[in-house]
Amino acid sequence: MLGYLARRLAASVLILLGVSIVTFGLTFMIPADPVAMIAGRNSTPQMREQIREQLGMNKPVPEQYARYLGRLVTGDLGISYARKSEVAPLIASRLPPTLLLMLGAIIAELLIGIPAGIYAATRRGRFGDKAAMTLSFLSVSTPQFVLGLTLLYLFAYLWNWFPLGGYGKLSNLVLPALTLGLAGGGWYSRMMRSSMIEVLRNDYIRTARAKGMSEWRVVMKHGFRNAILPIVAMIGLDVGIFMSGVVVVENVFGWPGIGQLMWQAIQSLDIPVIMGVTIVAACFIVLGNLIADLVSPLIDPRIRLR
Amino acid sequence: MKKLLISAVAAIALMAAAPLAMADAPKQGGQATITFNNDLTTLDPQVGYDWQNWSVIKSIFDGLMDYKPGTTELEPDLAESYTVSDDGLTYTFKLRDGVKFHNGRPMTSADVKYSFERAVNPATQSPGGGYFGMIAGYDDVAGGKATTLSGIETPDDKTVIFKLTRPDATFLHLMAINFGYVVPKEEVEKAGADWGKKPVGTGAFKFVEWVPGQSIKLERNKDYYKANTPYLDGITFEFGQDPTVAVLRLKKGEIDIVGDGIPPAQFAELMADAANKDLIAEGDQLHTGYVTMNVTQPPFDNVKVRQAVNMAINKDRIVRLINNRAAPASQALPPAMPGYNPDNKGYAYDPEGAKKLLAEAGVGEITTELYVMNVDPNPRIAQAIQQDLAAVGIKAEIRSLAQAEVIAAGGAGKAPMIWSGGMAWIADFPDPANFYYGILGCAGAVEGGWNWSRYCNKALDERATKADAMVKDDQKDARIAEWKAVFDDVLKDAPWAPIFNEKRFTYHSERLGGDPALFTDPIHIPVNYDYIYAKDAQ
Repeated sequence: MLGYLARRLAASVLILLGVSIVTFGLTFMIPADPVAMIAGRNSTPQMREQIREQLGMNKPVPEQYARYLGRLVTGDLGISYARKSEVAPLIASRLPPTLLLMLGAIIAELLIGIPAGIYAATRRGRFGDKAAMTLSFLSVSTPQFVLGLTLLYLFAYLWNWFPLGGYGKLSNLVLPALTLGLAGGGWYSRMMRSSMIEVLRNDYIRTARAKGMSEWRVVMKHGFRNAILPIVAMIGLDVGIFMSGVVVVENVFGWPGIGQLMWQAIQSLDIPVIMGVTIVAACFIVLGNLIADLVSPLIDPRIRLR
Repeated sequence: MKKLLISAVAAIALMAAAPLAMADAPKQGGQATITFNNDLTTLDPQVGYDWQNWSVIKSIFDGLMDYKPGTTELEPDLAESYTVSDDGLTYTFKLRDGVKFHNGRPMTSADVKYSFERAVNPATQSPGGGYFGMIAGYDDVAGGKATTLSGIETPDDKTVIFKLTRPDATFLHLMAINFGYVVPKEEVEKAGADWGKKPVGTGAFKFVEWVPGQSIKLERNKDYYKANTPYLDGITFEFGQDPTVAVLRLKKGEIDIVGDGIPPAQFAELMADAANKDLIAEGDQLHTGYVTMNVTQPPFDNVKVRQAVNMAINKDRIVRLINNRAAPASQALPPAMPGYNPDNKGYAYDPEGAKKLLAEAGVGEITTELYVMNVDPNPRIAQAIQQDLAAVGIKAEIRSLAQAEVIAAGGAGKAPMIWSGGMAWIADFPDPANFYYGILGCAGAVEGGWNWSRYCNKALDERATKADAMVKDDQKDARIAEWKAVFDDVLKDAPWAPIFNEKRFTYHSERLGGDPALFTDPIHIPVNYDYIYAKDAQ
């Protein structure tokens, strides 16, 4: 187990290194010049050359990358081109809202997906099943910006149940977490449904029914505990899916997280911020995958980590 | 930098000279909330250069000169008065008494000198430092050989003398631009890399706090040197607010101004609603949207082809395409700009005439590329231009790219045609010179420059420089007449096809009052926060 963990951590470092190389390389392949964006439209060629020199951009690309990496290992993500302030504290200040939103989304998707899946499984082939699966199909396929704006219009503007975007109170969290989590809820309802149907076919379920146990107790006591396992193992992977979703959802709801920061940085070609957010997000995705793998054997003893 | 790019300053034709007439002065008090989609980048006046931070900086800081609220008319600000030498090379400013920074320290001439040196010092990476190239000693500081500008003298605490290397009629405008705003050295040094996040100025509003990604709060500067200004007790800027959502919030009375303007999808509906008649202020900007044609490459090295393109494009149709949020343009200068020639009607829409010109040019079949920024409505506008060109036999392929990529292609001289929307020139100050050197003169026609046509007419450059050497008050009219002639000649050469002049619409709440011109102020974009007031405080 410890050996497995050490190997996985070593592999994670390699993955992050790869991410940093690819991202760094991509910023040089964009046919645009960040110096032109910094220097502004009144700049002379000499001024642009000066800035290039100050930023070390006149050096060969591998050397620039080596310098970047050298700073990165000390936790220094550089200085933002647009803000002229340090990137690391900037990201640190934007990270808690994003993590909170993800937590909210995970809760939302479980609260939606699991009951819907159980409901559909117990009414297999009947109207309730079909209705639940149609809804899950809809929630999986609706683009997040459409869903977000629709929820805002209905629940915040027309009916006043929640605030129109913003951050700070629990009521602010509900709609964005729902927008981010609804698609996941759709997936989970399908997974939960098939997992439950499979479990309910087992002999011990038949035995439980034969003992005269109520259907509710059969499903919740014997079925649920076994059917939920594959879903728990999936939650870690959601982190990766949500990391891309937050860019859209945070922008629709005015949620001050790293997704919003990333979107603004891309618009102004603020490369140090783009690099920083990418690497921090990659760290969380790698961590989420690692947790998912570590949790699996705890849930299903047949899985062994080697 | 989303919509208007790096931003700037605009003007209102009607309001050009009329000071704001207010029956009775509004009372102080009340709060206002303004929303923006994007967080501000910085409040450092020497660095901030986008349309969002531009006017927030103007409310926190002051310069030696300013404009009368809602107009483009210069007046002294931190300077009480100034004199200009006969040769136009020496400007002497007397500073106002009793001006204090928000930290309580009185502002002196040394602060003025420090601020200009900070703008020019390459370590600041100011996007506007280059504007001060006429101040003696500029080259040494910009080249990193010195840190003090030899051309700025401070004989006493209340006097600043600027020595110039060339007379420049735009100098007083430059004294009103953000990059020259006065900052206190001790605060800049204390804050270090965080200076842009905790600004200390002399302006109407005092900075309170900045919650990254969420909000900025300002409060009234009770020691502001102008009596009874500003009216509002405080302003909150809220960020991360999608303009579509912000419009809904404004309707519910939660916010006061949609800082990003009205989203195109909601424009027609809001304008049609009679209830909004007094809530949507409309104003002109010092903006021209244009198509550049690279004059160094065939087929656009042929003036007849460029003129034909001008005649082929149906500007009225394009203006309708964007819900009439602009007026068709006849020339490079916008109507509100001094030097605009109302008698020059430009090239009328005439596809038959265009075909004839193309035949005369004898360049055969033309296949070319039209670069455009990939944010609505620009691709739609490019398609309209493409159709118009196809009708006269020019095949233009559309290259729809991110803003930075279009700018890079233009700067590299690689783009045969560019539609300027989303990156278009909005003047930084209301003077024709600001519409020439960088985008139509030889100085901008270089690698990485903004003269994407690469149009470089040395004779015109000389006439422009001569015009700007006319600095005396009695030469003003002659100077503007000369600029008018320069721009008339530019139009004959047709390096651009001017398409339209954009208008600005600001949607604000019922509880905010003030002259509509303040809500579309040509200088304080988008709104002049110093003079609007809260009706519930009255």
